[in-house]
Amino acid sequence: MTTNTLSSAFRKIDVDLYNEDSYREDEQGEPQSPPAGPDPSEVTALLDAGNNIEALKVVLRNAPLSSRNQQVKDAAVQLTLKVLMSFKSSQIDEAIAALDTETIDVLMKYIYRGFEFPSEKRSGQLLIWHEKVYAIGGAGSIVRVLTDTKRA
Amino acid sequence: MSEKYSFGVNPITCHAWNKERSQLASSPNNHEVHIYQRGGPGCEWPLTDVLEQHDLRVTGIDWAPNTNRIVTCAADRNAYVWTQTEDGKWKPTLVLLRINRAATCVRWSPKENKFAVGSGARLISVCYFEKGNDWWVSKHIKKPIRSTVTCLDWHPNNWLLAAGSADFKVRVFSGLIKEVEGTPTEPSKWAAKTTLGTCLAEFCNSNLGGGWIRSVSFSEDGNRLCWVSHDASICLVDITKGLTVHKLRSKHLPFLNCVWVGPSAIVVSVGSCLQLNLILSIGFDKNAHFLNILPCSAMRKFQSLDRQARLESSDTELETVHQNAITCLRIYKGERGSASKLSTSGADGQLVIWDLQVNSPLKFQNV
Repeated sequence: MTTNTLSSAFRKIDVDLYNEDSYREDEQGEPQSPPAGPDPSEVTALLDAGNNIEALKVVLRNAPLSSRNQQVKDAAVQLTLKVLMSFKSSQIDEAIAALDTETIDVLMKYIYRGFEFPSEKRSGQLLIWHEKVYAIGGAGSIVRVLTDTKRA
Repeated sequence: MSEKYSFGVNPITCHAWNKERSQLASSPNNHEVHIYQRGGPGCEWPLTDVLEQHDLRVTGIDWAPNTNRIVTCAADRNAYVWTQTEDGKWKPTLVLLRINRAATCVRWSPKENKFAVGSGARLISVCYFEKGNDWWVSKHIKKPIRSTVTCLDWHPNNWLLAAGSADFKVRVFSGLIKEVEGTPTEPSKWAAKTTLGTCLAEFCNSNLGGGWIRSVSFSEDGNRLCWVSHDASICLVDITKGLTVHKLRSKHLPFLNCVWVGPSAIVVSVGSCLQLNLILSIGFDKNAHFLNILPCSAMRKFQSLDRQARLESSDTELETVHQNAITCLRIYKGERGSASKLSTSGADGQLVIWDLQVNSPLKFQNV
């Protein structure tokens, strides 16, 4: 028996490294120029004008899910969270009603991404979003957060 | 109303029927396959035989209706073809699958002269009987499968084979064995090339990546292919309209099984004890656009009961007929183009026979 059972370093060992035929994601299928993500100035302008719903649509439509550039993805997460935080609780239903099913799934991905770095104020707001998105998208949208390989 | 039978507490991992639907082969989540005969009142399903040859858990059973042969495959990397002797007992013949991982699924071809076995070895073994050696041998379909083959379905023309796998793709292969059937004369809309193992079409499950394929099924005329995957979606390809994938992302937990019950209707099962174990009928129009998704009615067991009268805290029984995930879905009565009854087996050890005309409000029209 090992003495240090609390160590979790073994979980990070890449066992597939020693397997010559391990599964890898398709690389050729990727677009040459990955999407750059939503334009922050456009989104900020919409937020300043009080047009939150349009701003939400813009960030979700331009979500760089298939990008391999972590900086682009992180910037999009921050921008999306900023848009989500700008909503009043009473506006959320109206905003979700304006989205189609595919965009609902994208929104759910950003909500779970937001849960990854909790802060007191934001987590409460995200839980409200989660409740309302779940009411529309159901368990299916959560399952797709887990299964889709193109993540937020 | 649906018929409901219990086979103990063990999960039923898979089941298959004989042609007359008087006998049932099922596996209680171990290395055995049990053969039951439909009996009378008192003992509804007497056990007539136990097929014990596998060393590990049985993963697939298929019963050829006309030649009355059973094929089983298991996690021990073997498959057996069982034939019935004159005294009613079943005799196994080993099949040389030549795989180094567990077998996952098995399906007889429509003409019952060969069968396909999917496996974790990232290949499909297409097996046929070699008369010269008196032995079941196999040929492999390897490329371009990149992960475990999870499900298989034969095209009605007996040589095309659809396979879903854990690399998030559905592929249509040629499963033609020249030694057995020569060259096909029937033209196919899917492809002209017939050499064994040719990948004739490849469909990505989702443009967002992900989603193991759980079940795949050809329609009765073989022109439509549907599959369900772990991203809780159902996909459809109509080859007469091209290679476009129509995808319906659902609100439910992932579907585990799908089967065609009409020219434009699919039934899928949702597998989880956390959510209702629904069977859903899905209809679509002639352009393969999904029209509606309907829970089969009368799936709820206690619909007529007054729920207020029951104590919620002491209630461990689910509202659905199945008390755990549905593991296997098969047509009980009719063909895949016109099924009227379905059977499901579940991890709760139950087998249920559903009457679609009663249980489903969906009218399966020809469109």
